[in-house]
Amino acid sequence: MQPMINLNIDGKYVKVPKGSTILDAARKLGIDIPTLCHLNLEGTPMVNQAASCRICVVEVKGRRNLAPACATPAIEGMEVRTNTIRVLHARKMVLELLLSDHPKDCLSCAKAGNCELQELAERFCFRENRFDDFSQSHYAKDVSPALIRDMDKCVMCRRCETMCNDVQTVGALSGVNRGFNAVVAPAFEMPLEESVCTFCGQCSAVCPTGALVERDYSWDVIEALADPDKIVVVQTAPAVRAALGEEFGYEPGTLVTGKMAAALRNLGFDYVFDTDFAADLTIMEEASEFLDRLTRHLEGDTSVRLPILTSCCPAWVKFFEHQYPDLLDVPSTAKSPQQMFGAIAKSFFAEQLDVPREKLVVVSVMPCLAKKYEAGREEFSVNGNRDVDISITTRELAHLIKRANIDFTNLADENFDRPLGESTGAAVIFGTTGGVIEAAVRTAAEWATGKELESVDFSALRGLEGCREAKVPVGDLVLHIGIAHGLGNARRLLDSVRKGEVEPFHAIEIMACPGGCVGGGGQPYHHGRMEIVKKRAEALYREDAGKPIRKSHENPYIKKLYEEYLGKPLGEKSHHLLHTHYFERSKI
Amino acid sequence: MTTCCKTDSRYEELAAFIEGLPDRRGELITVLHKAQGLFGYLPREIQEFVAEKMDLPLAKVYGVVKFYSFFHMTPKGRFPISVCMGTACYVRGAEDVVDELAKQLKIKVGGVTEDGKFSLDTLRCVGACGLAPVVIVGEKVYGRVTPAEVAAILAEYAEA
Repeated sequence: MQPMINLNIDGKYVKVPKGSTILDAARKLGIDIPTLCHLNLEGTPMVNQAASCRICVVEVKGRRNLAPACATPAIEGMEVRTNTIRVLHARKMVLELLLSDHPKDCLSCAKAGNCELQELAERFCFRENRFDDFSQSHYAKDVSPALIRDMDKCVMCRRCETMCNDVQTVGALSGVNRGFNAVVAPAFEMPLEESVCTFCGQCSAVCPTGALVERDYSWDVIEALADPDKIVVVQTAPAVRAALGEEFGYEPGTLVTGKMAAALRNLGFDYVFDTDFAADLTIMEEASEFLDRLTRHLEGDTSVRLPILTSCCPAWVKFFEHQYPDLLDVPSTAKSPQQMFGAIAKSFFAEQLDVPREKLVVVSVMPCLAKKYEAGREEFSVNGNRDVDISITTRELAHLIKRANIDFTNLADENFDRPLGESTGAAVIFGTTGGVIEAAVRTAAEWATGKELESVDFSALRGLEGCREAKVPVGDLVLHIGIAHGLGNARRLLDSVRKGEVEPFHAIEIMACPGGCVGGGGQPYHHGRMEIVKKRAEALYREDAGKPIRKSHENPYIKKLYEEYLGKPLGEKSHHLLHTHYFERSKI
Repeated sequence: MTTCCKTDSRYEELAAFIEGLPDRRGELITVLHKAQGLFGYLPREIQEFVAEKMDLPLAKVYGVVKFYSFFHMTPKGRFPISVCMGTACYVRGAEDVVDELAKQLKIKVGGVTEDGKFSLDTLRCVGACGLAPVVIVGEKVYGRVTPAEVAAILAEYAEA
């Protein structure tokens, strides 16, 4: 049994396991010591214990100076006071110093209302600052297609650095310079766009202030909607419906699919479609590719590259382009659902409407920042006209709805439009870790055996473990499947495959964000509460279970698309519209 | 990226030094120290070389270089001049000495003379407060320096 420690905080006794901090012990007692730099994302390697902000200081009997509760281990017999006048004085001073070098533009800050520094200022009745006259450092904004770095708002909590280096192992960000000039930046303070950054957006998901935020394109959407010469089409990613409700006061895990469709129609979109349709399409192509490689492998073709790696996640794609340039022929060549949707909308659907592709504006609503970057990749446009014109996040959609005076909670449920709005249960679980591969297995298994599955629920593939493996029997064969979410886990899994430390996999699913897209960088801020991410995933599995059709290849509109337009999976037209290629990028 | 380096034996020496480390983890500062010793400074190409060889993110290498004032990204003069600006030297007029040096050398602090002979930097406390203010040229230490003595000090290196 783990040794326990007894201590006293604010006159109350508490028993905690050895290794706990004062902060852990206080939380157990329901004492809410304020924190700013500290962040512990349960179930992920994200533990930021920089103890750099000092807002959590407490008085410990017998200790000369105040102790940071987040990084001070609880010791047997310790007596802690969290709200003495000495502590309150120190907190006031810390806050004044933090804010002395912080812009006062909260009204126009992208993080307003979600800023942890603003929340602290409010909580501690911050009204005036003795150090207001101190000069502020000024640092040019770094504006990339997906992320904006505004280092004037950085409080040097180091959360982004921990996320980027220790959790995602991307290594794009590091603390540079000293004193007032200290910032978090890429090497040589180069723009993020030129660095190894994957635009996963997890840095912005954990940033307590407005120093790292998404690039907002919601005004571009408003302009497109107001343009009478444009036909504006919207697609919504699976994970959005499980999180959008949070922005309107719903409990995490509430599905708002019908209200979301209604709100989009209210906003004025001409066609309300669903990325889920394209997810079904992705499965058609990816499962075909997988079975093709598997069959050739089983026939003894040694040139076949297995395991096949999923390619739906643009941050993961950019990650392997930088980090595994020798493996560029291993991932599936299938485009992501967002890009498949764009390609089909601007070819098949434009032809159906009998309009040139330039007349269509394709907007995507994504839980993701990397999708903004992906939409701008050159290979995803035709003569300069992008397949996906504008990509916005779940948060930006919420703002659009609020700005348009739509009473979201009282909207009656509506459906997506046809044909590109129809989808199956397999598509909706794309939004969570394990979902893409489960959807692929459902289809691949039926195609391989020619028999209908008894159950489509592959519970072995589900869960929140960072790296997972599962054996799935398909006919006479047992498929060995790997799953990783979070880029650091992806790296660990791939490295172990490379070193031959694990039994060879047939297929591996990778998503860049912890929890998969439900934990994406564009979702409503979870402020470190990972149970929110878990509830969103559960909601997607609920939506899947309630769908009349749960296998991508049974989607009638997908079948029709192949019959009337595409031909067959991996055929010439599919290859042209739905598949892509990868580029080697700098490793450091 | 580092193709320029194949002809330069110093890169080979640096690579061999890195290879020779029993464990590369935690040795970045040692390696940067070695690299600066070899090249005199740490420009981008060398940081990229170190990052690649050490299998570390470039941002991390750059962060360390920018943190320690010992590491510098621009070349120094053949006779690097450092003026101590620690408390004792400062109150005894180190700033006037720096200004005089800058004036005579026609460079700013952190700069190098056009002929590459002198560079001028300040540092914090060399631990010789009894000699304040202290100026160091190369390896030679000058104590209780006044602005009036600056010309004579520089003249010592006229023939070099």
